[in-house]
Amino acid sequence: MKHVIIGAGPAGVIAAETLRAADARAEITLIGDEPEPPYSRMAIPYVLSGIIDETGTYLRKDEGYFDNLGVEVVQGRVEKVNPGKCSVTVNGGNVNYDRLLIASGSRAVKPPISGLDLPGIHHCWTLEDSRGISDLAKEGAKVVLMGAGFIGCIILESLVARGVELTVVEMGDRMVPRMMNRSAGNMIRRWCEKKGVTVFTSTRGDGVEQAGTELKVTLSNGKAINADLVVVATGVAPNIEFLEGSGVKTDTGILVDQYLESSVPGIYAAGDVAEGFDFSTGARTVQAIQPTAADHARAAALNMTGIKTPFRGSLGMNVLDTLGLVSTSFGLWNGVGGGERAEVIDEENFRYVSLEFDEDQLVGAITLGHTDHVGVLRGLIQTGTHLGAWKQRLMADPTRVMEAYLAATQV
Amino acid sequence: MQRSLQIDPEKCTACMQCELACSYQATESFNPSQSRIKVFMFHETARFVPYTCTQCAEAWCMKACPVDAIQVNAETGAKEVIDSLCVGCKVCTIACPFGTINYSQSTGKVVKCDLCGGDPECVKACPTDAITYVDADWTGLDKMRAWAAKTDSQSGAQA
Ligand SMILES: Cc1cc2nc3c(=O)[nH]c(=O)nc-3n(C[C@H](O)[C@H](O)[C@H](O)COP(=O)(O)OP(=O)(O)OC[C@H]3O[C@@H](n4cnc5c(N)ncnc54)[C@H](O)[C@@H]3O)c2cc1C
Repeated sequence: MKHVIIGAGPAGVIAAETLRAADARAEITLIGDEPEPPYSRMAIPYVLSGIIDETGTYLRKDEGYFDNLGVEVVQGRVEKVNPGKCSVTVNGGNVNYDRLLIASGSRAVKPPISGLDLPGIHHCWTLEDSRGISDLAKEGAKVVLMGAGFIGCIILESLVARGVELTVVEMGDRMVPRMMNRSAGNMIRRWCEKKGVTVFTSTRGDGVEQAGTELKVTLSNGKAINADLVVVATGVAPNIEFLEGSGVKTDTGILVDQYLESSVPGIYAAGDVAEGFDFSTGARTVQAIQPTAADHARAAALNMTGIKTPFRGSLGMNVLDTLGLVSTSFGLWNGVGGGERAEVIDEENFRYVSLEFDEDQLVGAITLGHTDHVGVLRGLIQTGTHLGAWKQRLMADPTRVMEAYLAATQV
Repeated sequence: MQRSLQIDPEKCTACMQCELACSYQATESFNPSQSRIKVFMFHETARFVPYTCTQCAEAWCMKACPVDAIQVNAETGAKEVIDSLCVGCKVCTIACPFGTINYSQSTGKVVKCDLCGGDPECVKACPTDAITYVDADWTGLDKMRAWAAKTDSQSGAQA
């Protein structure tokens, strides 16, 4: 059996390893278009803040790792997928497959405003991007960060670590609007302001122009800010263009079934490019998070080798450290119709917990300022544990999650 | 034969020796907040539950790590955090459905039980045998294993 994988990010690499573990004799080719060894883009912020160097982002650190695993790594961009011929076009030639996994991820996209092609404007998506940022984000440099979503907020932390003078512009009415409710998102904003970061919410960047050696960013609130560097983190889109004409059905990403198989038999998709089932809603969505990429990859690879492995859907979850304020969100953090919310807010100490229930089952949660045992929130949600009497205790004091969990599973 | 921690809450008296011993082993200070094992108290029912990582086979933490910083110790079977590789991203802390890998703000890394390299201090410190170190086959961690299986999105199961 010959397996070809497009994309050498976490999903591609974990799939290659899973394929090898399941089938010692399979031929495995991993095709990636970035010049570096397979790396983890989510480690980039830690390169920027100086915790690791670039090699610290490499997914596997041992010299010769992929050779030893019997995985052929090809550098090149797949131009086309030809399901009729079971081949992909790369580097001017064709590579044949029996099973194909598309793990081409997403890429950062620019909002439709003028001036974003000027020098000094960078995404923070690839190692290449991070070098551009490193060059400009020197101590004292003026930096505008467009977008305070999940990725934006992670970059925020590393930019501040570099000692820049930072302004954050976010279209939503709070920070991390797609992972935090209003209370939590506004608390993160106050925290950032307290740490000396200027934050504009409900504000758009309207355009960027050159102003001498600096850039001038015009905002929808009428202000204009000068900057040495503009970092654009306003959104991402799955890499699916090369699938045109292949018959592989796409919506936002590649639509996959519960076996991670696309509309074309024998072609699978995993990670940021895949639009797979969401555990909480049962609908298909592009989650674009690391744990989902890893889970997809494992299930897809097993299915590719013929070990039928249904995937029940991945749980949306995030953890974020914003200048030392750790926040998490899980599942249906915004609640469900007919459900109930338990909430404790400690504005002064920046601590917050909200739990969302559907009857006596936990379906979503947000925490701020808590780092211990947060994983049980995932466990409780994904196992659908009936909390019984503990539901009322949690309604009265949502910080008692760990006790509720132990009571439900251990005592 | 690999061994694992067996915990019997019936025998726990909440003396907290395990937390002290663990924190001392891990950080050279007697500081229960740094302990990898934690005793939870249910005063209503007078039950005390020592709780830590079971080194589960699913290894959610290890599989979620983006930089290969959690690895299996071939001798003990423990999933260990390699401090020099951990970047402190915390993805493992939300991936572990047991909540037994936690972020330490003082070190900027995540911490979890590593079985002390095969000679767990909590076991030695426990005066009532509530925590023992036994052959992995008979640890009675079944309840937690079942929990792990239920969380497994690949098993198709939901309670
Ligand atoms: C700054 C930053 C911080 C993040 N932080 C977090 C976090 O804290 N938690 C979290 O859960 N997630 C985080 N993420 C998201 C996480 O990194 C992604 O979910 C994960 O990388 C997805 O893995 P993947 O393998 O699907 O895609 P990718 O990692 O994007 O890998 C896909 C690879 O395929 C290549 N490719 C694309 N098209 C082709 C082609 N035609 N031919 C060949 N190769 C191709 C791409 O260039 C890329 O190298 C972060 C991302 C960034 C950028």
